Amino acid sequence: MKFTEEHEWLREEDGVMVVGITIHAAEQLGDVVFVELPDEGGTVSKDDEVVVIESVKAASDILAPVDGEIVEVNSALADNPGMVNDDPQGEAWFFKLKISDPSQMDEFMDEAAYQKFIA
Amino acid sequence: MDLLKTPLHALHESLGAKMVPFAGYAMPVQYPMGVMQEHLHTRAHAGVFDVSHMGQVILSGPSWEAVALAFETLVPMDVLGLGDGRQRYGLFTNAAGGIEDDLMFARRGDDLFVVVNAACKAADVARMRAGLPEEIIVNELNERALIAVQGPGAEAALAALDPRAAEMRFMDVADLTLDGTVVWASRSGYTGEDGYEVSVAADEAEALVRALLAQEGVAPIGLGARDSLRLEAGLCLYGHDIDASTGPVSAGLGWAIQKTRRSGGAREGGFPGATSVLDAFEQAPAQRRVGLKPTGRAPMREGVLLFDAPEGGAQIGTVTSGGFGPTVQGPVAMGYVAAHFAAPGTELFGELRGKRLPVAVVKLPFTPANFKR
Repeated sequence: MKFTEEHEWLREEDGVMVVGITIHAAEQLGDVVFVELPDEGGTVSKDDEVVVIESVKAASDILAPVDGEIVEVNSALADNPGMVNDDPQGEAWFFKLKISDPSQMDEFMDEAAYQKFIA
Repeated sequence: MDLLKTPLHALHESLGAKMVPFAGYAMPVQYPMGVMQEHLHTRAHAGVFDVSHMGQVILSGPSWEAVALAFETLVPMDVLGLGDGRQRYGLFTNAAGGIEDDLMFARRGDDLFVVVNAACKAADVARMRAGLPEEIIVNELNERALIAVQGPGAEAALAALDPRAAEMRFMDVADLTLDGTVVWASRSGYTGEDGYEVSVAADEAEALVRALLAQEGVAPIGLGARDSLRLEAGLCLYGHDIDASTGPVSAGLGWAIQKTRRSGGAREGGFPGATSVLDAFEQAPAQRRVGLKPTGRAPMREGVLLFDAPEGGAQIGTVTSGGFGPTVQGPVAMGYVAAHFAAPGTELFGELRGKRLPVAVVKLPFTPANFKR
């Protein structure tokens, strides 16, 4: 699993990248009450606003970590946004992405580096 | 800029509160329980809120009549008719009939005890000093804390410390002896729940809050849940749902102006902006404050524009406060719409991130009030 400075994680699974937010980010957001997901099949560029997370307090944007095509979104989050608080690095992934330029992964942190980053 | 600290600052930190800047103060926005649970806890049990950032002022003068009649030149409320030991909701108006602040005022013998919003308190004190005759003394109380205890468990929590708390009716004020210290209590609050607001000497505040937190079912609650509670209760937040450009009638606060101050009343008018405020009772205002229930799950927050059609059409209103209602288990909002669209059941559309999503005009409040009448 790789981590971004924007507190997202990326995990490779069957040739695509599964993307979500970290436990640390979920704790900072507080109670998540709504998640707006992108359209399946759409293409995104790095730093596009791709997901909106609404907590009780405020709305936060999640930016696309890399360029690519959205091949699947986690529709379970529509009915159960609280999953983001319960299991942010597991069940509550946001979308799966087919990366256009795999070299964009090189700048991301591994778990040890991320733990140091948030310490 | 250095933030001011309330007398409960050290307690908040020891309870693990997340502190944020609010109206010049460092205030607890939430405790480890989190906003959602704090909100639900208050509705089911009882919550203690630090509202010491609000302004507390005593007006005194040669007699109750002198104090009350002087205060009536600043607010459109019946002050003179307020019984001893009773409290009312009030508004400071400006020359254009807009709302300068909302407040609570209570009669304590011949004195008037006034509680105003934190962000407005300097202006309110200046307004009272400038607007009241010299014989009325305006005493801003800077050495007192203010604590709200709200929820169905509030009565038991206070009555355990002083049984007289249980005898108070909604909007009564009385002196109680809580944890060995005399406090000024009112049976009121701003959450839609039964509860009390307690003014206590600053140096006694922490011990009192600790004594309250030791009662069964009482938890510390932050400003985050206070905001979602008052929103579900359909109560206005100054600077958001009401401000200097909104009039009392348009805001749905005409009920707070008693008959004696209205056209034809014994002490009609005589407050800032009286002509336009009183005219608004006769000629329905162009905009009205309404409850708004988004049909989907996405919260519609302050600033969302409201339209009369899913595409095109005209902008007919704006959301002034909104978010997620933990008791309602869905998004809730308030805003202003053109009077023609103010009837409950009207379907409107809120523009959220470029998309028009359906929202229904609904009756306020979203959760029924649990005041003890």
